[in-house]
Amino acid sequence: MAMDEVAVLGAGMHPWGKWGRNFVEYGVKAARDALNDAGVDWKDVGFVAGGETIRNGYPGFVSGASIASALGFNGAHVGSSYGACASGCQAISMARAQILSGMTDVALVVGADTTPKGFFAPTGGNRTDDPDWLRFRLLGATNPVYFGLYARRRMELYGDTVEDFANVKVKNSQCGAQNPNARYPKAFNIDDVFASPMVSDPLRLLQICATSDGGAALVLTSMEYARKHATDPVRIKGVSTVTPQYPNTNIEMPDFAGDSAFAVAQPGVSYRDSIALRAYEQAGLGPEEMSMAEVYDLSSALELDWVEAIGLCQPGEAAKLLREGDLSLGGRIPVNPSGGLGAFGEAIPAQAIAQVCELVWQIRGEARGRQVENAKAGVTANMGLFGHGSSVVVSA
Amino acid sequence: MSKTRTPAIDGWFKDGPNPALIGTQCTSCHSIFFPPERTFCRNPACMNDEFSDKELSRSGKLWSYTTNNYQPPAPFVSPKEEYEPFAVAAVELADEKMIVLGQVPAHIPVEQLEAGMEMELVVDTLFEDDDNEYVVWKWRPV
Repeated sequence: MAMDEVAVLGAGMHPWGKWGRNFVEYGVKAARDALNDAGVDWKDVGFVAGGETIRNGYPGFVSGASIASALGFNGAHVGSSYGACASGCQAISMARAQILSGMTDVALVVGADTTPKGFFAPTGGNRTDDPDWLRFRLLGATNPVYFGLYARRRMELYGDTVEDFANVKVKNSQCGAQNPNARYPKAFNIDDVFASPMVSDPLRLLQICATSDGGAALVLTSMEYARKHATDPVRIKGVSTVTPQYPNTNIEMPDFAGDSAFAVAQPGVSYRDSIALRAYEQAGLGPEEMSMAEVYDLSSALELDWVEAIGLCQPGEAAKLLREGDLSLGGRIPVNPSGGLGAFGEAIPAQAIAQVCELVWQIRGEARGRQVENAKAGVTANMGLFGHGSSVVVSA
Repeated sequence: MSKTRTPAIDGWFKDGPNPALIGTQCTSCHSIFFPPERTFCRNPACMNDEFSDKELSRSGKLWSYTTNNYQPPAPFVSPKEEYEPFAVAAVELADEKMIVLGQVPAHIPVEQLEAGMEMELVVDTLFEDDDNEYVVWKWRPV
């Protein structure tokens, strides 16, 4: 069932890095840039959707109202949402629902965060009822442990190699080096990757995304409003925030086990595959109509899982696409032309929004130095701790 | 004075000569859960809230594995003053049709692991304090 569209009139970012300042500052900078880009006055915004900051696996500081306050309270309705890494997509979804229901014509979506150094770690204390605490305590299972398990599984199941995984990093860093909002300006080569220390075998430091400070924002409007303000706006055609279907037999963060398929058979479509599928269904578009994709490269190897999950090829074929250059700029379907998380690092509530910003700039032809030729439509994919899907389909 | 051998978490595994993970099974739809689910059945088609404990298979096939080359943050506690890297295994239990994670004892290097190999459950030291040796389940090659 195709859904009605909303327009993206503006996109903005605060450059990502390790700035150490309050997240509100990044959010306001991104929001003001998005409003300027849209040519929309802040006082016309009727709804502010904030992606919640994350602290120790759980919601941190209040985002929507804090950023609205810093922009100067204008009386708009407000909502903040938490979906871990999918928080930004939930904010987009919430804003879209407000617009499509006629509650408002103009919504501001914003996400920003400041992250501590090092591994993401759980809240302190003795929290034996918290799976996110227990996985560190009983298993020492950091996020890179899960990334390492998925990467090794690809090697065993599909014959992917450590060179394939390293080449994902090389590919994305070349784009990231051209992106003024990315944190890492360096284009790495394969020797750089192999010279970096092993973290979670087979993944090395340069293949695991960092934790960053940054912000991203979008101005979304009804199509009717957009027609009065822009000649040909980029449109959001599908937004997916789906949960898994029981039993999800894969091992997901922060779990100790996959669901058992003893009594109930696995669903026909796996959880990861279902995330973009639901967005495609709303859009009335499929993977064959996409010009590019922004996917969740928490690790270089994980990008290949997503390439398959969003339907760009059959399971097990992503490394072949990579080797043939299909996923590079100039290839059949460039993936992570922004540079991806490998070049940005995680600023969790901002990243699903940042993925959409990139697609918007690409479709407008404004992605200087990393422009996808003839960019008409794109898909994003992302997933948050505890079962939060995130996918957006955007088109000209 | 010897230390008391104490499970690092209550009710998740059985110590002793025949150690096993303790899961639960829904008395209505027979779905199996680990960690043990004892409140409401998570099968969306089942409204039952009664479970029986079920010892899970003591061995299975290595689905995937990785390492922790750097010390994880708290609440992880290193059993030794100087952190020793260890592997983490994901083991597929054929009867239960599920994959369960566990540490691999630190003296077993990652080079000894190979996907598809048979792994068995052991109970081993997680860390110690002045009075207790805290133990947890781990997977090791058969």
